[in-house]
Amino acid sequence: MNLLGQIALLFGKLSLLAVGGANSTVPEIARITVGQKHWLSASQFSQFYAIANTAPGPNVMIVTVIGAHVAGVAGGLVATAAMVLPAGITASIVAALFDKHREARWRRLAQAALLPITAGLVLAAACLLARQSDTGWLPAALTFATALLTWRTRLHPLWLLGAGALAGLLFL
Amino acid sequence: MPQTPPARPKLSHKALFGGFFMAGIMGFGGVLPIIRRVIVDERRWLTQMEFNELFSLCQSLPGANVVNLSFAFGAREAGVSGAAAAVTGLLAAPVAIVLGLAGLYARYGAVAPVRHALLGLAATAAGLALGSGLRIAVPILKIPRNVLLAAAVYGLAFGLHLSLPVIVLLMLPLSLALAWRAVP
Repeated sequence: MNLLGQIALLFGKLSLLAVGGANSTVPEIARITVGQKHWLSASQFSQFYAIANTAPGPNVMIVTVIGAHVAGVAGGLVATAAMVLPAGITASIVAALFDKHREARWRRLAQAALLPITAGLVLAAACLLARQSDTGWLPAALTFATALLTWRTRLHPLWLLGAGALAGLLFL
Repeated sequence: MPQTPPARPKLSHKALFGGFFMAGIMGFGGVLPIIRRVIVDERRWLTQMEFNELFSLCQSLPGANVVNLSFAFGAREAGVSGAAAAVTGLLAAPVAIVLGLAGLYARYGAVAPVRHALLGLAATAAGLALGSGLRIAVPILKIPRNVLLAAAVYGLAFGLHLSLPVIVLLMLPLSLALAWRAVP
């Protein structure tokens, strides 16, 4: 299959598995794009995640950067469309159908059942990114300090990313 | 069947595109707070309650939450083309910017100072993922059964590198069964 087809298929499939948000799919995206298809290295994956976080917009855009790396601008656009369309269409239909059933038990049930899965996946995603990008004590310290500040304060992420880039520029 | 009259006329495609465009381009480090401000505070398209309901629905469905929200809200206002207007509005600027950054990376990513800055940036972004992951996870983990389930999911994903479909297939039925008894 050609590259664009592979990109569309991969992210189209992941779209409907992104429980609790796009970050839940980060371990799976890394497993396939780095481990199976060898489209990029583990270190590049962390850098792409960082680039996607530096730009404004929703955090699905890790797939835009990966798509662009693999197959240029067309690859980025196909990856983005594949990642948002299946889930978005599903959300539109379900929202229209169940607008009247706000208090339905299925909704509370689905939410309660998905929450622990989301929690496990976002923590796995974070540890994976940390393992891929922490190659020495300084990157590890940056990760640790940023995690603490993000968790405990309302400091804007752009300040942290700027400080991290500067620290890398000066000391790495 | 009696229906409550709509509080305002349906939004135009231009309004949808414009509102979500603003949210997309200003949404550094998370679009949700911005999108809430645009929809609830500034344009008064939804009340806070209506917004919460729509967002909580989008959260319990797969996919990026704010992208889902723009799909569902756009479709509700102006059908399929409304959803298209809202989503392209949300993503147009961010995708263009990120494609530009990817192009710069391809050209300059290997240059020594850029490479060093990117290594620092990546380590920081991993910290952001960990910090926001903790924010999401810690309240969820206050319920004992969630601790076991989340730990199992974590182990399957990070330790055993199982594929996401397999993890969901294994854990969702178990999680549903446990939730079935706990959720009224």
